[in-house]
Amino acid sequence: MTLVKRRTAVIAAGLAAVLSFTTACGSSGPTGGGGATAWSLTGGDEQTFRTSFDSAGIEAQYFGNDAYKQKIRTAIGAGEAPTLVFSWSGGLLQSWVDSGKIMDLSQEAANDPAFVNRFLPSVARTGVLDGKTYAVPNNGMQPVVLFYNKELFDQIGAQPPKTWDDLMALVPRFNAAGIAPFSMGGQSKWPQLMWEEYLVDRLGGPEVFNAVAENKPGAWSDPAIIQANTMIQQLVDAGGFVHGFNSIATDSNADTALLFTGKAAMYLMGSWAFPTIKQADPEFITGGKLGWTSFPTVTGGKGDPANIVGNPANYWSVSATASDEQKQAALRYLREDLMNDTYVDSLLAGGSVPPLTGIEDKIARTEDPEYLTSIYEMASGAPNFQLSWDQALSPGQADTLLTNLEQLFLKQITPEQFSANMNATIGQ
Amino acid sequence: MSTVLQARDRAPARTPAPGRPRRRSGPSPLMAVPALAFFAVFAIVPLGGVAVLSFMEWDGIGDPSWTGLDNWALALADPATYHAIWLSVQVMVLSWLVQTPISLLLGVLIARRGRFRAVLGVLYFLPMLLSAAAIAIAFKALLDPNFGMSRAFGLDVLSQDWLGDPTLALYVVIFVIAWQFVPFHTLLYQGGVRQIPVSLYEAAQLDGAGPVRQFFHITLPQLRYTIITSSTLMTVGSLTYFDLVFVLTGGGPGDATRLLPLDMYLSGFSGNDMGRASTLAVLLVVAGLALSLGLSKLSSFRRGSQLEGA
Repeated sequence: MTLVKRRTAVIAAGLAAVLSFTTACGSSGPTGGGGATAWSLTGGDEQTFRTSFDSAGIEAQYFGNDAYKQKIRTAIGAGEAPTLVFSWSGGLLQSWVDSGKIMDLSQEAANDPAFVNRFLPSVARTGVLDGKTYAVPNNGMQPVVLFYNKELFDQIGAQPPKTWDDLMALVPRFNAAGIAPFSMGGQSKWPQLMWEEYLVDRLGGPEVFNAVAENKPGAWSDPAIIQANTMIQQLVDAGGFVHGFNSIATDSNADTALLFTGKAAMYLMGSWAFPTIKQADPEFITGGKLGWTSFPTVTGGKGDPANIVGNPANYWSVSATASDEQKQAALRYLREDLMNDTYVDSLLAGGSVPPLTGIEDKIARTEDPEYLTSIYEMASGAPNFQLSWDQALSPGQADTLLTNLEQLFLKQITPEQFSANMNATIGQ
Repeated sequence: MSTVLQARDRAPARTPAPGRPRRRSGPSPLMAVPALAFFAVFAIVPLGGVAVLSFMEWDGIGDPSWTGLDNWALALADPATYHAIWLSVQVMVLSWLVQTPISLLLGVLIARRGRFRAVLGVLYFLPMLLSAAAIAIAFKALLDPNFGMSRAFGLDVLSQDWLGDPTLALYVVIFVIAWQFVPFHTLLYQGGVRQIPVSLYEAAQLDGAGPVRQFFHITLPQLRYTIITSSTLMTVGSLTYFDLVFVLTGGGPGDATRLLPLDMYLSGFSGNDMGRASTLAVLLVVAGLALSLGLSKLSSFRRGSQLEGA
């Protein structure tokens, strides 16, 4: 009898352990203590975030880029989102807004003009969806620029390309000198998207992509897209990209290393490559070997050559499922701690340019005034700052786009097949 | 000639070892309740959830909505699904063909006693200590055409676009998988070889059988159950190859290494199509169960006495 009792007790204890473990899993969300929480990315502007969160008393966690994108979605779906939600705006934010998980900040913006007005309009605009403000910029502008190695250009006696024809003419010259014309981290897929975005914009202007984003049937068959893809395959055929570019991943910075170690002459990449080089090989910058310019023009193209693509910035949104207390703390942070003087100085020192109006003087007093000024002018003067397509589109379309683009670069599909495959995703 | 075979027949391979106590007492079946509860909560319930989700449309955030058989119709009409299945089948078959002979021969080699073999064995099992992610990152660095081992050793032969060429990438993946798992299967075979009664070999030697005949007439038949165990683990396991491929190639270039588990993950967590992902998950479970049951049936596996390492 006692034996049976003891046995029952053991089983009960076992079950209790199982149940307490499961419930513990359910309640281990980031909310706790009533204070506001935030999730952000490691690397890049992490230090600026850390400092500002510490002084504002916000509890923050940091994740790698891909890990974050997957974790945040599950958290938002489960109602366990942090108070401050980090995003790229675009299609991802739109899907959260559609599910009612993100707070509408329009009232805040109306009450306090500086809430949004201090930002460059082209960058602030990306945080506005359906005419309502859902997100405000939280770090530097990230236009895609054409970096180049001045030393290698001197070696073959050439100038950086101003037009696509210049660019194509440079390819055989660099190859003949045993230098790869372009570095590229093809395994990460999105670096290939930068070529697509720029060429389509130069050829057809922003309207071409807008039609895609608006889900117009057959929008991917636009002649500008087909021509851009034909030009990409011509560049691949000519040997424009470094040997084995499809097995190079950008997360190891091997593509950036090809540029500053003198193996590749040019590198099309977001402005965040500058801080990476500054950290890996500071003498490459101080020695004046790093050059940068905007993407070449295309003869006969309809797009404005001053247009840029990339990430206008990253953004903060406020979770609609947070408690009132947390929401108030988060809004106070956005008004007072975000982009204050210390914050801006910290961004600039790290090689990032905050999307604020009237900071030219501040930029002139930094360590790298020349580079930071040209990024600021490029971004603030652009008639159109196109958000990266993989962020602007719905996640499902973006996944298909990146796979098809890689197959295009591999010449597994033709430009026409690319258009057909992508048209099938319209409306998804 | 038939002495060897007779010797095998006399060997007590299938009867229980003499002297083993036949008491029926032992731990009460109730002791299994916590384990069963864990299994139900963490395996059966999620499995049921996934099966239900495969009939719903869900982007991972909003409310799931019923769509009936839509996910199944879409997934089964999508060439991408068949491409993923075909890749998984290729990996399964080629992995088995590559790994089985290597681990079998290494297992036989290492099973003999000797200091040299012990050292070799210890060195050889090192890959088992590494996580798949670490292995993938290491191989990615080694195979880099610009900074990898081709550059380090100045060997241009190695400077292929290993992971970036769609025709090569799958074979590189199969190679790295083999590198990771051959030690484990070698261990299985080593255990199996050591269980073979030495008297069989002594009898064979007396009859004048050389090492090759001993291998084919004693070792290989005696290892039958080990081969089945190892093959089951290999084939069913190949349906779960994910972490290594995810880190090594991410399914690329293009969709050249987008195996079924990877397709499931990317559909769900990159493409936000949980319905399609759940459909693929159910397909994987069914395929895994069918394979494992089929292999057991084929071999009357459960009645065998050499259940080591299953």
